[in-house]
Order: sequence, then C-alpha cells, then structure tokens
Amino acid sequence: MTSSNQHDEKKPFPWHLVFFLGPGLLIYVVFSVYPLLDTLVLSLYQEQDGHSSFVGLQNFITLITDDTWSHAFWNALANNFEFFAIHMLLQNPIGLILAVLLSSPKLRLSSTYRTLIFMPTMLSVVIIGFVWQLLLSPIWGIAENFLYDIGLGQYFDAWLGKESSALITLGFISVWQFVGIPMMLIYATLLNIPDDIIDASVVDGANSFQTFWHIKLPLILPTIAMVSILTFVANFNAFELIYAVKGALAGPNFSTDLMGTFFYRTFFGFQLQQGSASMGAAVATLMFLIILVGVMLFLFFIQRRIQRFQF
Amino acid sequence: MLNVRSVKLMSKFTCATALLLGSIGLAQADSTLSIESWRSDDANIWNDVIIPAFNKSHPDIKVTFAPTPPTEYNSALQAKLKAGSAGDLITCRPFDTSLELYKQGYLTNLDNLAGLKNFPEVAKSAWQTDDGKDQFCLPVASVIHGFIYNKEIFKQLHLTPPKTRAEFFKVLKTIKNKSRYIPMAMGTADQWEAATMGFQNIGPNYWKGEKGRKALLSGKEKLTDKPYVDTWKELAEWRPYLGRGFEAQKYSDSQNLFTLGRAAIYPAGSWDIQTFNNQADFKFGAFPPPVAKAGDTCYISDHTDMGIGINAHSKNQAAAKVFLNWMSSKEFATLYANAVPGFFPLSKFKVDIKDPVAQEFMSWRNKCKSTIRNSYQILSRGTPNLENQLWNVSAQVINGTMTPEQAAKETQDGLEQWYKPQQK
Repeated sequence: MTSSNQHDEKKPFPWHLVFFLGPGLLIYVVFSVYPLLDTLVLSLYQEQDGHSSFVGLQNFITLITDDTWSHAFWNALANNFEFFAIHMLLQNPIGLILAVLLSSPKLRLSSTYRTLIFMPTMLSVVIIGFVWQLLLSPIWGIAENFLYDIGLGQYFDAWLGKESSALITLGFISVWQFVGIPMMLIYATLLNIPDDIIDASVVDGANSFQTFWHIKLPLILPTIAMVSILTFVANFNAFELIYAVKGALAGPNFSTDLMGTFFYRTFFGFQLQQGSASMGAAVATLMFLIILVGVMLFLFFIQRRIQRFQF
Repeated sequence: MLNVRSVKLMSKFTCATALLLGSIGLAQADSTLSIESWRSDDANIWNDVIIPAFNKSHPDIKVTFAPTPPTEYNSALQAKLKAGSAGDLITCRPFDTSLELYKQGYLTNLDNLAGLKNFPEVAKSAWQTDDGKDQFCLPVASVIHGFIYNKEIFKQLHLTPPKTRAEFFKVLKTIKNKSRYIPMAMGTADQWEAATMGFQNIGPNYWKGEKGRKALLSGKEKLTDKPYVDTWKELAEWRPYLGRGFEAQKYSDSQNLFTLGRAAIYPAGSWDIQTFNNQADFKFGAFPPPVAKAGDTCYISDHTDMGIGINAHSKNQAAAKVFLNWMSSKEFATLYANAVPGFFPLSKFKVDIKDPVAQEFMSWRNKCKSTIRNSYQILSRGTPNLENQLWNVSAQVINGTMTPEQAAKETQDGLEQWYKPQQK
C-alpha cells in the first residue's frame, strides 16, 4: 500500500489526460451542454415587447393546458408515438431478418446486398423525400403503374396527401431509408458469435431455427436493445423528412406533425406567425424530457436485466 | 476641402492621406445611398436599368444595391440595424415585420414625403401604423391573383374566358367532359395554394374587397358570415375539377401540369407569369376571379408585397428622400413593371407593360376594386395564427375532410381567442 502511495506521489500530474480529453470535453460543453442548459433556462422566461421576464413554469402550463397550444402539442406527441411504433414494428424486425440472411454463409453476393441496403441511409433526407414524392405522385409517379401491373391498381391512392395515410407513408419511407442501421449493427454482432458455439448447437441436433432462437437471438439481444433506444431517440428528434415532404405546417390537417416540426413552427415562426424563442425552448425542453424519461426507463428496466456474454 | 489647400508643403505621405480625406469629403457632398433588399434575383435589373435611369436625372447621388438572400434578409437586417451598419434605404416586408422595425425606431417617418400622394390608400396600408397615422415605407410592388388559362385548349374546345361563376363552372364542366385535359391545376399538398390562390383569390368578390376586410378588422363581420362560408363553398365545388390525386399534388406539380399543356386553367399569382413565359410553349391568357352576376363590381386581390423606407440613422436623409420621390414617379413604375413582369407598381400612374399577360392582370385594376389578403394586417398577430389556420382549413375544405361551415367556425373561434374586436 505505502509503496504504491509513494509511487502515486511521485507521479507527475497526468497532463496527457487533459491534453487528450480537453478538446473533446470543451467542444461538448460549449456546443452541447451549454446550449441545453440555456434552453432549459430560456423556457422559464417570457418575451413581451422586447423585454423578457421570468415566468416560472407558465410556458409549460400553457403548452399542456391551454387549448390553442395543447391541441397541437398532444397531436404532435401522439403522431410521434405512432411514428416510433412504425419503426419498432417494421424497421428493427426487418433489420434483424436482413442481418440474419446476410450472415448466412450460403448467401452469395452478400456484400453487394449489404451495400445496396445501406445505401439509402447515406443519402440526404431531402433527396429521399424528393424521390419518394415523385415515385408516389399520382401525376408522374411509377407506383400506380407498378400496382396495376401486379393487379393491385385499385388500391392506389394519393397516400401522401390523405390525412389517414400520410404519416404511415412517411413512416414507411423513413423505415426504408434507415433499415440499414439496425441491419449493420446486428450483422456485426452476429459475425462476432464464435463458430464453435453454433457448431456445438448443430452437434446437439438443433435445426437452423432453433439455433437462431436459442443461441443467436440471446446473444444479439443487447444489440437489439441498443438499436431500440437509438430508434427512440432518433424518432423523437425526427424533423427533416416531414419538413422536406410536407413543409413545416405538416399537413394535411397536422396529421404528420411531429415534435420536431411543432418545435420548428413555435421557435422560428412560420409565414405570418412570429416565432417565440421562449415558447420554442419550452417545447424543446419537453422533447428533451420525453427522451430522457424514455432512456431512463430503458436503462432501469431493460438494460440492467440484459445478460452480456464475453467470448 | 481645407485639408487639400493646407497640405501643399507637407510630406508626400500626409499629402496622400489628405487627398483621400478630401475625396471622401467630395463623395459625401455627392452622397451615396445603399439599398438593403431581399431581391437578390433583381440585382442586375437594379444595377443595369433602374440606377442608371435614376442617375440620368440625379447625377449627384450615387446608389448601390446591396441585396441579402430572401431567407436571411429579416434577421440580417435586424442585426445590421442594431449594429448601425445597415444601408440608407431599407426594402420593407409588408405589415408586422416592418411595423416592428418602425416601432423600434429604425425607420424614418415618411408622412411629409411628397411622392406618397401618388399611391392609393390600399397600397399604403401595408406600411402604416395600425391607426393609419404614420407612414414608414413607400409602396413599391404588388402581386395580383387571378386565373391563367391555356389559350390553345380554350380554342380547341370553343371556350371563352368566363365572366360569371355560372360560366366558370360551365367551362370547367366542358373541359372535364369533352376532353382529356385536367380542368384546373391546383393541389392541396402544400396547403398555401388552397388559401392564397383559392380563398384569397376568389374571396374578395364575396366579401366585397376592402369593405369586408375592414369589417373583419373592426369586428363588424365574422368569418362565420355568409361571404366567407360561400367562398369556402365555392372552393369545395372545385374538387371534382382538380387532377386525380390532387391531395398529394405540390405547387411545382401544378406549375408543370400547366406548362406541359395537360391542364387548362391555373389559379395563379401574377409572379407565375415569369415561370410560364420561360416554360410554356403555348399561348396563355388570364381572367379575373368570376363574379356572381354579369355586371357586378369585381374585386381583385392586389396584394402589397414590397415597400421601401429610410433607415432612421442614415446620414443621407435628404438624398434618400429624393430617391424615394423618384421611386414614386411614373418613370420608375414603368421601368420596374417591365423589368420584373408579374410584380406591379403600386402608384396611380397608367403604366405601359409590354408583357401581354402582365398587361391583362394590370388592366383589372381599372375595372375592378383592389384589396389585399384579409389575414395579413393585424389578424395574424395572435395565437392561433389566422394565416396558418386559413391554409389548413382551406386545404381541408377542398380535400372534403371539412365542411365550409366547420372551416368558418374553426377560424372564427381562433380569432375570438385573442382578437378583442371579434370578441364582442
């Protein structure tokens, strides 16, 4: 003990730690922590005629109880949960299936598929929005002819323009774009599973489905959990696709309004609507809290129960 | 100038400095004006046409045009004004944005400007205080709404531009039944066309232009009154004549449908003229929003879009006023109208426009009464925002997901939540 203490005293101050951590920490504090705290503070103020005054939680109370605000807020929140549900039900299972198929040693050209499926993720959301609008356009789009060719023509509709289908359609587009991310993460984990475990299961007489269910799935569960939480955070921050396709008014009748577009309209204003920095900060704070609560629930109830395996 | 005289014996270096100072002094005597604007597209027109024309009659005033991109203009201008580095002349957005600047003391009061008498009241209203007492910008240009039609399709189907609503719907019906053309090119995906090219386009004929707009402001009329509900009712009747899947049709889709010759009628803003001139290879004409009965007074939306004011902290107030007075002249009006077809001068002079369609739009001012979009002055100041609501409900009425009565009720409820005169 004493010898190690003496050893510590002799050690010079670890300047290299400061050197290596400092720049990153500084950037993180200046561009992430400080703006976040400033937003929290700003949401407690109200601006009137150029003077801002402290109003406590008034902005939040207005946002949640006053009809003119609360209606839009709850609508955006509900839409956001729907958007999230679409991703959880489609994007992650499809990503999982694709990853399993890709990792199958019998599949040829697997790296080609991998690249192709991952491609949309790398494209700009604006391009994705533009391309899909053209594909689905009732005027120029090829979606209609395609549906006629496979005998489903009568089901074609102006999906992006209907209140009932616009959000779901946008959800599908987003799933199509981002399915590559869960696929890649799960694929990487699958490749890490040592062959001898799988060989052992085959020797024990498991068929390929049993191998997947009893061996592979438990081993990739931590990754699936991480993918879920990433999806949650990304979906509750989603904004670009809606803005690119439907504009900040998120029509028809706000059926595609998410927290992100709602925040944008509140903070920056829209057309003749003047923006309100303090009200916008309140919306941003609520978005932050929703994500925070979601992540904490995940940490307490799921993350701690997941078993990790070291190979 | 004293400097220049007293430097004769000084060293070369000071001499040069003094010369420099002297030249600045000279320039100040001549005075230089710089214009803040968001019309970066028009920079060539200003530099090659408008400013040289001004210098012909006023060689002593130098003018530079210094535009900022439209999306950055408002915030950039605000920052420059605060820092005291903004130009002498400020291009004004209509209504609240500029009113705010005036209230903060950044714009000079123009009440004594002689040129103002060349403008009608409606044109001036966009840059006045709410009580109409203080004028802070000079009107420059407006955009007019109406319908643009494909002359070749009309000829082919033996149609003439409709004057009354009954004729209008007859024309639409004929196009729909007798040809494969889309009767009307408009979509609701972007929502604003439904409000701007729909509601604000045909509405003035229902609410009698300025009379209805003022009545709405004073609280005498409500959005649930007949004229407004009837406007939405007509919009609802447009639905069968729009293209298939119009719910997902965007503004650019509508423009393309028309310029490709696939649609016969296009509810337009006059700014579309330039696009169509470039893209359409057929002849097109325009007609104003049809009236109820032949012989009725017609009303058009002649919306004030751009004004110009003087930076209150500018050192060249006198020169700036000279320039503004020149901008209120017939000479400027003619130059501007022809350089940018679709943006119309707001002064009272009769101006010759060479573009035939722009000319047609302009001619309506003589036979119809002008008004501006009713949601722009004061009424979009509160929450919920009336303009946003109009976009939403007008699109929904056309989509058929809301009745005209519901649209009226929703917007009126919204207005009553914050606008005192409507709460009575």
